[in-house]
Amino acid sequence: MLKIKNLHVKADDKEILRGIDLTVEPGEVHSIMGPNGSGKSTLAQVLAGRDIYEVTEGQILFDGKDVLELEPEERACEGIFMAFQYPVEIPGVSNTYFLKAAINAIRRHRGEQEMDAMEFLELVREKIELLHIDEELLKRPVNEGFSGGEKKRNEIFQMAMLEPRLAILDETDSGLDIDALKTVAEGVNALRSPDRAIIVVTHYQRLLNYIVPDFVHVLYQGKIVKSGDKQLALELEEKGYSWLEGESETAQPVG
Amino acid sequence: MESVKEKDAYLSDFFDFEKAQVNAEPAWLRDLRRDAMTQFSTLGFPTIKDEAWRFTNVAPIARTQFRPGPGPEQVVNRDDLDALWCGNLGVPRVVFVDGVFRSDLSDGCDQAGLVVGSLRDAWREREATRAYYARQAGYFDHAFVALNTAFAADGAYIEVASGTVLEQPVHVLFVATRQEQPQRIHPRALVVVGRSSQVTIVESFSSLTDGVYFCNPITEVIVGDNSTIDHYRLQHESGEAYHVGMNQVVQGRDTNYRTTALDLGSALTRNDLACVLNGEGGHAELNGLYLLDGKQHVDNFTTLEHAKPHCDSRELFKGILDGEAKGIFRGRIIVRKGAQKTDSKQTNQNLLLSDDALVNTKPQLEIYADDVKCTHGATIGQLDSTALFYLRSRGISKAAARSLLVYAFASELIDSIKVPVLRDQMIEYLTDWLPKGSLVKEVFEG
Repeated sequence: MLKIKNLHVKADDKEILRGIDLTVEPGEVHSIMGPNGSGKSTLAQVLAGRDIYEVTEGQILFDGKDVLELEPEERACEGIFMAFQYPVEIPGVSNTYFLKAAINAIRRHRGEQEMDAMEFLELVREKIELLHIDEELLKRPVNEGFSGGEKKRNEIFQMAMLEPRLAILDETDSGLDIDALKTVAEGVNALRSPDRAIIVVTHYQRLLNYIVPDFVHVLYQGKIVKSGDKQLALELEEKGYSWLEGESETAQPVG
Repeated sequence: MESVKEKDAYLSDFFDFEKAQVNAEPAWLRDLRRDAMTQFSTLGFPTIKDEAWRFTNVAPIARTQFRPGPGPEQVVNRDDLDALWCGNLGVPRVVFVDGVFRSDLSDGCDQAGLVVGSLRDAWREREATRAYYARQAGYFDHAFVALNTAFAADGAYIEVASGTVLEQPVHVLFVATRQEQPQRIHPRALVVVGRSSQVTIVESFSSLTDGVYFCNPITEVIVGDNSTIDHYRLQHESGEAYHVGMNQVVQGRDTNYRTTALDLGSALTRNDLACVLNGEGGHAELNGLYLLDGKQHVDNFTTLEHAKPHCDSRELFKGILDGEAKGIFRGRIIVRKGAQKTDSKQTNQNLLLSDDALVNTKPQLEIYADDVKCTHGATIGQLDSTALFYLRSRGISKAAARSLLVYAFASELIDSIKVPVLRDQMIEYLTDWLPKGSLVKEVFEG
């Protein structure tokens, strides 16, 4: 489904990703972990199409299509979704109407019929229950005045509404209390399906107690230095990231 | 010596004009006109050396030979007016063609507590005109006010009796016609509202031509004690037109005056908005939205004078500029000695949609009292790239995402429009103006 080959990415002339290889198949949940500054968020944003990053080498294929050739909105229409680490406040634009426009933009792209107000409302009802979201929140402008936890839940709510085939969660767990974390995880788990893949980018192992990954990758200084199953996450939690420094000196010399 | 020649032309026009008015006007008005003309001759057109005109060069107006309006009468019927943007708001409409009242096109002039109609008639018939006319808008230091005062042949007179609450807005429509030669028109309006009354007035400036003309409107508003006025001013002139005017307001005790100026048309616009809070407990709200592209130029020069204690004022002007458009905002706030407990807030926000659009904004606070709260803030920015990415990452196209953010920027002012038809028409206008506007409408209307 997703094939990342030798991806090199620069921002402000600084190389952040230095040769990422990753293959994700439908139904799989991959977790990408790593210390601050390792390039986790950059990878997530490059997948979603943020243009402040420059891809200098490599390839990203989604169902065989060259993702790097697509605009962010085209990627969304193809079924790629990223939950933002820092969801953006958009004063003046109501959550509900924004989402309806997004759903219908994607539907139009796929040649499907647009959703009418009734269908949309039914879908909203179904999904807010899942994520314990206050309906009042949806009438407010996008993320404006939301608490940190509300913003993150809103991201997962959007994901649930848009039903992407590849979902990338960029540190969705950071800063959440345990109740909010469980809610977010429930929402994500409800979306797990044989034809949908999820990439969970996280700094902390804790989330992975609730969203159990099939694969765990450790990103360090712009490269995946270790891959394994969920055991690797537990190992990281125990040892921290400091052991990587020794690892990288032998495996990934800097420069 | 250009300027002398220019002034000579206006002077010679004035003598012709005055001759035509003989016996038709009261003596006090004739004296007033003469005085104003003398003043204009002394002042001449301002240049960019005048501090108040530094960013607005009116030389193109001075250079053009405008024929004094109204020119040869053109056929105008109700359908023509209905077809204009905001031409028909579904409320009584009082119509002025090239500055002259047209009773055949107007309605709603007979309502209890309301006198609305021709200023020309009112000069002769209504005592209030002598007391108020040209007393507020000073022509001694303002060439364009002097010019209007000298040449205004007619205009709108609105008198609201004390204790009158008008349910429906009064729509005053000034429309310019197509003429062989560029004309200048000097529309005038005098609004006198008594005590404890409430009225909504929509003044609109439109045209039946896309050609060059010079519209020089002056409006004076007198708000009687304990009254509330909502005043909308819509400037939707021809794209080739010049529009230089003034709205002068004097508020009595415990009054509410709210105004929203929408600047959409015209090549060059200068609005002087001056509001005096002249009684305790007054509340003034001055709002403006300018939507510009191409080479359009809009200069809003506002003066808010707190003359008495316990008044508050809110000022919010927002600009959206594309192409090579220029937006100027000057916000003067004067707090007179003794005007304690003044609470004033001024905001000017500008959104630049292109690299070639330009904004100049400057607050100017003159405070002579010591127990006051005055704040001001100005921003000039581009669309937030993170917000754009956020919207696009949800499947919304780049053009639609941009339009959505522009609309959101304007929505605060649009939502504050309390006349539903007007608000709808403004939404319509903005969504037409924006690329992918239909999606914007979908988002904002569900």
